[in-house]
Formats: sequence, C-alpha cells, structure tokens
Amino acid sequence: MRNKEVVRLLFELSRPGRRAVRWPACDVPECEPPPPEAVREEPLPLPELSELDVVRHYTSLATFNLAVDTHFYPLGSCTMKYNPKRNEKLANLPGLTDLHPYQPQASVQGMLRLLYELQQFLAEISGLPAVSLQPAAGAHGELTALLIAAAYFRKLGEPRCKVLIPDSAHGTNPASAKMAGFEPVEVRSNPQGRIDLEDLAVKLDDKVAVLMITNPNTLGLFETHIVDITRKVHECGGLIYLDGANMNAVLGYVRPGDCGVDMMHFNPHKTFSSPHGGGGPGAGPICVAEKLAPYLPVPVIGRRGEEYFLDDQRPDSIGRVRSFFGNVAVLVRAWCYLRTLGPDGLRGVAEHAVLNANYLLTKLKPILDVPYGERCMHEFVVSAARVKRERGISALDIAKRLIDYGFHPPTVYFPLTVKEALMIEPTETESRETLDAFAQALVKIVAEDSQVLQQAPTTTPVRRPDEVTAARHPVLKWTP
Amino acid sequence: MSYLANTPEDVACMLRAVGVSELAALFADIPKEILCTTWLDLPPALSELELTDRLSQLAGDNVSVGQKICFLGGGSYDHFIPAVVELLASRSEFLTSYTPYQPEASQGNLQAMFEYQTLICQLTGLDVSNASLYDGGSATAEAVLMALSVLPARKKVVVSQTVHPEYRQILATYLANQEVEILTLPAENGATSLQKLEEVSDDQVACVVIQHPNFFGVLEDVAAAAQIAHREGALLIEVFDPISLGMLKGPAELGADIAVAEGQALGIPLGFGGPYLGILACREPFLRRLPGRLVGQTQDRDGRRCFVLTLQTREQHIRRANATSNVCTNHALLALRASIYLALLGPQGLAEVARLCWNKAHYAAQRITADGRLKLAFDRPFFKEFAVRDGQGQVKSLLAHAEREGFFAGLPLGRWYPELDDCFSVAVTERRSREQIDALADCLSHA
Amino acid sequence: MQEGLWYSDTHEWVRIERSAGEQVATVGISAFAVEQLTDLVYVELPKVGDQVRTGQEFGTVESVKAASSLYSPVTGEVVEVNAKVQDDLDLLARDPYGEGWLIKVKLSQEPDLSRLMDEETYRKRVSSQ
Repeated sequence: MRNKEVVRLLFELSRPGRRAVRWPACDVPECEPPPPEAVREEPLPLPELSELDVVRHYTSLATFNLAVDTHFYPLGSCTMKYNPKRNEKLANLPGLTDLHPYQPQASVQGMLRLLYELQQFLAEISGLPAVSLQPAAGAHGELTALLIAAAYFRKLGEPRCKVLIPDSAHGTNPASAKMAGFEPVEVRSNPQGRIDLEDLAVKLDDKVAVLMITNPNTLGLFETHIVDITRKVHECGGLIYLDGANMNAVLGYVRPGDCGVDMMHFNPHKTFSSPHGGGGPGAGPICVAEKLAPYLPVPVIGRRGEEYFLDDQRPDSIGRVRSFFGNVAVLVRAWCYLRTLGPDGLRGVAEHAVLNANYLLTKLKPILDVPYGERCMHEFVVSAARVKRERGISALDIAKRLIDYGFHPPTVYFPLTVKEALMIEPTETESRETLDAFAQALVKIVAEDSQVLQQAPTTTPVRRPDEVTAARHPVLKWTP
Repeated sequence: MSYLANTPEDVACMLRAVGVSELAALFADIPKEILCTTWLDLPPALSELELTDRLSQLAGDNVSVGQKICFLGGGSYDHFIPAVVELLASRSEFLTSYTPYQPEASQGNLQAMFEYQTLICQLTGLDVSNASLYDGGSATAEAVLMALSVLPARKKVVVSQTVHPEYRQILATYLANQEVEILTLPAENGATSLQKLEEVSDDQVACVVIQHPNFFGVLEDVAAAAQIAHREGALLIEVFDPISLGMLKGPAELGADIAVAEGQALGIPLGFGGPYLGILACREPFLRRLPGRLVGQTQDRDGRRCFVLTLQTREQHIRRANATSNVCTNHALLALRASIYLALLGPQGLAEVARLCWNKAHYAAQRITADGRLKLAFDRPFFKEFAVRDGQGQVKSLLAHAEREGFFAGLPLGRWYPELDDCFSVAVTERRSREQIDALADCLSHA
Repeated sequence: MQEGLWYSDTHEWVRIERSAGEQVATVGISAFAVEQLTDLVYVELPKVGDQVRTGQEFGTVESVKAASSLYSPVTGEVVEVNAKVQDDLDLLARDPYGEGWLIKVKLSQEPDLSRLMDEETYRKRVSSQ
C-alpha cells in the first residue's frame, strides 16, 4: 500500500551515532596526518542513518513519481517510449561498467569496437559520415556543433556572427548559440506553422554562420521546404544544423544528410530508448558532413585493421567538450537498441510513432482546437485557448486533471507560438487501448466543471504547489 | 524485433480512423526526392538471446578492473559502491521518469534533488548547489562562464596548470569563440605558483581556477590563492574531490566563491568515463547566475510541504538566448546515486574512507619508492594520488610490465605534461589492500 | 494610468521633474504590464551610479515562468533605486505609479518625448491589445 504521508527529509531522520556503512579496519600503518592548516576541524554536517532508513526513504520517494514503467507519459518533445529492460541488464555487465577511462586501449577493444560500430550506425541513420559520441546531452551536442561551425568559418578566414533560429525552436537552440559566441536571430513561423520563407530570405546574409532547424518541428510538422531552405542557406555560404530531438518520426524514412543538413545531434535518451533518469543522463552524439570532420572534438574512435583506437591527433579539432569519453553507458543502450531493431524495426518505429500520433490527433480534434495541420508526424499540439475563453479551463487545468485520471500530462505552454498549448507525443510503444483511454479521459475532462478542474489534482501526494512563494523566497536546501 | 504494441488489426482500424489507406500515406508531407528508397544499411535485428551473446562477447574482449588491480586515477577512481546505491537508483520510478515539470506527479524526484542540493551544501559549506551538471570538466567550464557573467567587464580567466588537463581543454573549447583570454599558471614542484598568480592578478581577471587536491594529488594552498584573487575582486573557483572532504577543509572555509567537482567517486561506476556527475555550488550572491535546474521548497494548497523546480527564469526554456546556460537534460540519476552514497556513509563513513585513502596512498608511496628506482616527483603533501618519477625514464615499459603482471599501475603524465615524461601518477583508494599494494611494489621493483 | 506621465512601447512610464537646474526622471512600469506579467517574483535593478541609455535594458522583471527586460525611456545616471519594491513586489501591483516606482535617473540629455506616448495614446494602444 502506498505511503501517502509526506516523506520526512533525510536530515530529519538523522540520529547522532546511527550509521549504515562500515569499512574494513585499516590494514596499513597509520601515517602522519595532513598538515593541520589543511585539516577539517568540525565533522561534516551530513545526516546519520541506518541502511533501512535509507532504503525505506528512497523506496517511498520512488512511489511519488509517475514514470514510463508505471503510466502513459505523452510528454511532447521528450519521446517517453518504453526503455527495454534487457538494455539495462546488458549495460551493467561488469565487462562494460568496470572499465577505467585511462586503461590501455588494448584492454578495452570490445568497448571501442562497440562505440566504433555505434558511430557507423549513426552515420548511416543521419546520412552524415563523421560522428562524435562525446557530447553529454542534446544541448551539449548543439553547443559542440556550433563551436565546430565557428572553427570552420575561422579556418576559411570569414568569421560569421549570426545563427538563425525559428521562433518555435527549443530554448536550448538560442541558448547554445549565445554560449558558442554567436548572436541568435529569430526567424518567424508562417501561418501553417512552418518556417516563413520570406522572413528567412530577409534575415539570410553572409554574416549567417548557421541555420538551426528542428524537423519535424516542435509542432510535429515536417518542414516541407527543407531542400529549398538548405539550398538557400548554402548559397549564402552558411551551414545547416538539425536539432535531432524529433528523429523518432523519420527513422529510415528521411536521412537529414540527404536533405542538405551539415550537422545534427541525436538524443539517444529519446530516439534510442535510453531511460530519462528523472532528468538525465542523456547523451548528444553529433554527426557532421565530411568537410566538418576535421573539427570534431577529440577523441574520435578510429580503426586500423582489426584494432580500434582513440584518435586525438586531430590538429583542426575544436578540442574537448567533455572529460574522458562521453556518456558511455547511455551509448551502450543505444547500441543495444539499434542492434535489436535492425533497419526494418527502425522504420517500424517511425511508422507506428506517426500512426499513434495521428490516431490520437483524430480522436482529440472534436474536443480541442488543433491550430496547425490536419495531420502530424510523431507529435502534435492542441490548444486550450477556446475552452479557456468559453469555459475557463486552461491547459494547466487539463494537465493537472489528467494526473487524477492516471496519465502523465503532456508538455504544456510549449511551443511559445501556440496559446494554451498541450504538446502530445504518444510514441510507438503505446497500444491503441491506451490511446483510446487517454482520449476518453480528455473528453471527460473538457466536459467537467472548471471549478473541479481548478482543484485538480486531488489524488496525488501533494496538491498544486505555491510556485510564486517558491520563487520569491527561495528555500533551496534544508536548514536545521 | 521491436517494442511495438499495435496488432495488424489495430493498425488497420487506426488507419481507417485517420482516413488513410496505408502507413506510408502518413508520410505524404515529406517531399518524394528526400524519402529513403532503400533500407538503411544496418545489421539485421537480433533477438534478446543473440543480443546477450553478442554483447557479452564484446564485454569479454575488455579487461575490467575486476581482472587487474587498478591504481589508475586522474579524475576517475575505483571506489567501493554499496549495493543499496545500485538497487535503489535502478528503481523504475527514478529510472524511467523525466524532468519534474509537473510537481504533483514528481515529488519523489523533486525531494531527492532538494536533498542532493542540501547534501552538496553540507559537503562544501557553500550556500547553494544546483541539481547537477554533466561532469567535473563541463562543470568547471560552466563555473567560469558564471564568473564571467557575474563580472561582465572582466575578460581574463586564470587557470592553474595543475587543474585536470582535460578540464582545461574543455574550458579552452568553450571559450574559443569569445573575447576572453585564458592565462595558465605554471606549476612549481607539483603545485600552483602563487607568486605567478600575484603577478598576473589585476582588475581584468574574472576568476582564478584551482584544483585541490590537484591533478597530481598534491594539496594546494587554496586559502592563499583566494586571498590573492579577492584582493583584485576576482572570484575563486575550486575544483575539489568530494571524498577528500571527509578529512580536508571544504571550499567555503578555504574562501572559494564557486566550487565544482567530479562526483564519480560518490557511488558511480567507472563506466569507461561516463555518465558521471558535475557538482556545482556557490555563495548566495551568485544564485541568479547559477546554471541548470534548482529545486525549492514550498507549500501546496493544503499547506503541506512540497518541492518544485524554481528560479526557472534563469533557464533556456524561458530565457532562451539570455539563459545562464544551455543545459536542459542534466544528470539527475547520478545525483541520486551520490545522495544515496552520502546518506549511507554519513559524516563518519566519509571521514573513514578519506582516512583509508590517505593512509593507503602514503603507504603505497613509501613502498613503491623504497628501492630507489622510483622517487616521489614532488616534495609536497598529497591526498590519495601521487606522482612518481622513474630514474631510468622507462615509464612506458615499466607500466607494460606491471600490466602483464596483473596491474593497471598508473597514469603516464607525459601525455599532458611533456616535462613529466618520466613520471606517472598512482591513485590508491580504500579498495586496495595492503597485499595488493605490496604486490605492486614488488612487481615494479622487479621490472 | 496617470496623467503627466509618458509611456514607452515596452510599457515603462517616466515622470520628468526639474529642480535646481537638473532634470530627474522617475521610471516605473505600467499597471497594464504588471497585470500581464501576473504574480511577479523578482525585479533586478541597476545600482546607483550606473548609466542608462534610452532604449537600452536597465533591468528585468520576472514572474514564475516569464522574464521581461526593462528598457530605459531616458538617458542619464541612476541616482536612486527603490529598494522597497525589491522587498515587497506587491507594491508594483498596488501602486505602480507611486510607491511602485523603480529608479530615478539624472538626465544627461534632453528626453526624446517623440519616442514616448502620452497617457491617452498609451491607453488606446493598450486597449487594442
């Protein structure tokens, strides 16, 4: 039975002298202590707990989360698909986890081979030949690729300062551009929810280093003019970056490299089923065109005959973006996933992700407005603007009420270009019954009294929190 | 093989509902010229049984630290991980949830993050910690970017040569397209030259970065470096080793304004380098410049204590180009592991593991240098790692010999420090027994 | 909305007073802006002695899930900052044109009133949104 009491904090459970871990007695002679000025005088104020305290505490906390393993989790743009258990088990083989990053390379040939194969898989899926597995997350991949673009234009002797970004893009795009030293410039969407080609033409000039594009975009729409767009940017000497967050929709159908994309990242925690871990870790491997290969961060995995090696002798490389060799355990899961699916399985992912999204879209159209598109790719955005105006029901109310019906809410209030947005991504691993049940719940919710909805959720361990007080008077740690 | 749920009947029925005749019709928005006309050139699908065999084979082609005795360090350490860490952190509700945007459905993750922030503040003595970054290296770069935004008029960053070479490379990569100058402080006898720091300090320096214990394991005089930095109004960033804080003074006490660390030592497997944990904490005045997520305490409508993501206007999903960082997905699951580890150890457990590391490292240093061929490279106090110089200058063959005898004996330093081409570093954690240390010493002296 | 104030496109207001041969401008944000932002949680303001320029950012106001830049309607030196507002953000909603002022600026050049709106023009603009 679920413990509905608010769990006490670790620090409130602490009792002086209680402990869980016992270390072996020291088997070497005690040596001289550190110089007194370096030594801590007071013991650390950490909590003191028994092993059962810790186990019960975290087990209780776990029951307070909704997760893919427990609930339908249609969080748009995050691709919350099933995370295969076999991948968890296999990624934890001691022959993979118990490797030190500085072991001699001859002693990690199996690992290097696996990562080399993954580089090849990603090159094939993206249609871009050169790969770096280093970046630790999608945003980190964006930053890495933009630093590559900066190095490329420096080498050409024509430094460029601007990065064009559609207004519907993820916030990471402009943030990464700024962090890489560029000036982000926003490109408007047209009334169909796609990039406004006229606005693009106005903003495109020889100061533009990169156009960042998400395709399918965050509205779940394919940028139908992608080839035209990449050609225009290339004519101005610029590069195209693809935010690969939505690759689940087009696996095996479209290879970004074939559309003129020069650089992209994958999110293995979205597209390739690695679990999201309550916020991470993910990974953000990038694939780039041949002309950008020299600038990839080091090390890249190379192969000489039957030997695999870490290649860090790359004079034009931008350098390192992460210590050691990236989020390897996440990459191992991606390798497992790709080996399990094969080329036909991968195409099936795209087909069923798009089928599930369109089926749900069809079911929801009668009850909520769909501002863009009759059809969608892997996700779609509905708007609660009308029900808010007419009946006082906001996107937030709907989201909160869904929890009472046993569903994790979709992404809300994103993209910023849609008012009262609910962004729904069912993923390919959900069944028709689940989608039917979800649609049924939404039908009921939209018909409910707004007073009821504003009280939701009522079945959760806590009700709506006071976020204003949290931000006005931040309490960011426990104090005695 | 795939993980699809819909049966052929479901598919037919769903296609009818949508109003198309076949799956391919759902992709009609995609211009024909860019549609793939052939299958991707990928290896064919494997069953679970085949996959298990294939991956076990690849894993078997590696030599793990369970098969050789590991004295490698350099920012990644073979510490012991209590079973509870792995078992709790692999629970589905932690593993398969995502960023807690809906607090009512994520109190478990939110409370765990709030506790993590508190534990890091307790460890460092600093006022605020974020909810995690990727690793020690990128956390160091983020800390420097943070200092530059706190002091926007200043365009110089001073970094000690004894900071992990890969962290310094990351910093250089991050700053390559910015008008910022990086000054590197030389090492003298394995520690940062404070005299040089005095010389380069001026009102253009935004921050000084010092690692303690440093890349060679040597203890640095962080307090003195902080004093010099503060005299000119610069911030002091300390890169610390969380295990060392069981014994050594923490960043706040030493005068650090921002502290960062690689959190791998706190219950995270070696994993060939990742995913690890980037720790970042700071003093209160810099709170609004902090990168990454923050969890705050508040109350729900019934007055119950609860937790939410807060101060989100710093972040990319709201502030976009003006965010404090681009970080979105962080390393929450690794922060959870670190929290469980610290909760299990408590103050006494951490003090004991620090002392074990200290005693064993010093015992090892004494044993390894006993026969005279290997000498300590630096005459300075060190923590759990130390550099030795081979009088015969045969580092490569010596380490190869040790490997044949069953040891990953150390990390050659010439790769990053050409002047230390005849040196390697040796890390000794609580896992190494006296017997193993004696065996390594014997092996090295019989090379 | 109040008479005697000038309003900017970006919803700041300014009142200019002359004393002892100097022009001092008091700057705040309009009731409309406060209402749009809902529950404000933080205001970041410059320090006394900082220079502000017409059209340039001098601070930010934040709600839980939005941040808006504040743009100066005048050019000069900040001579006073309203610390009370930072402690009690509700002042902005209660009295946006009085106790909810944000900064006072000693003008270093004549204000460019052509870039600003009088009360009536601003009222029309806001009601059309």
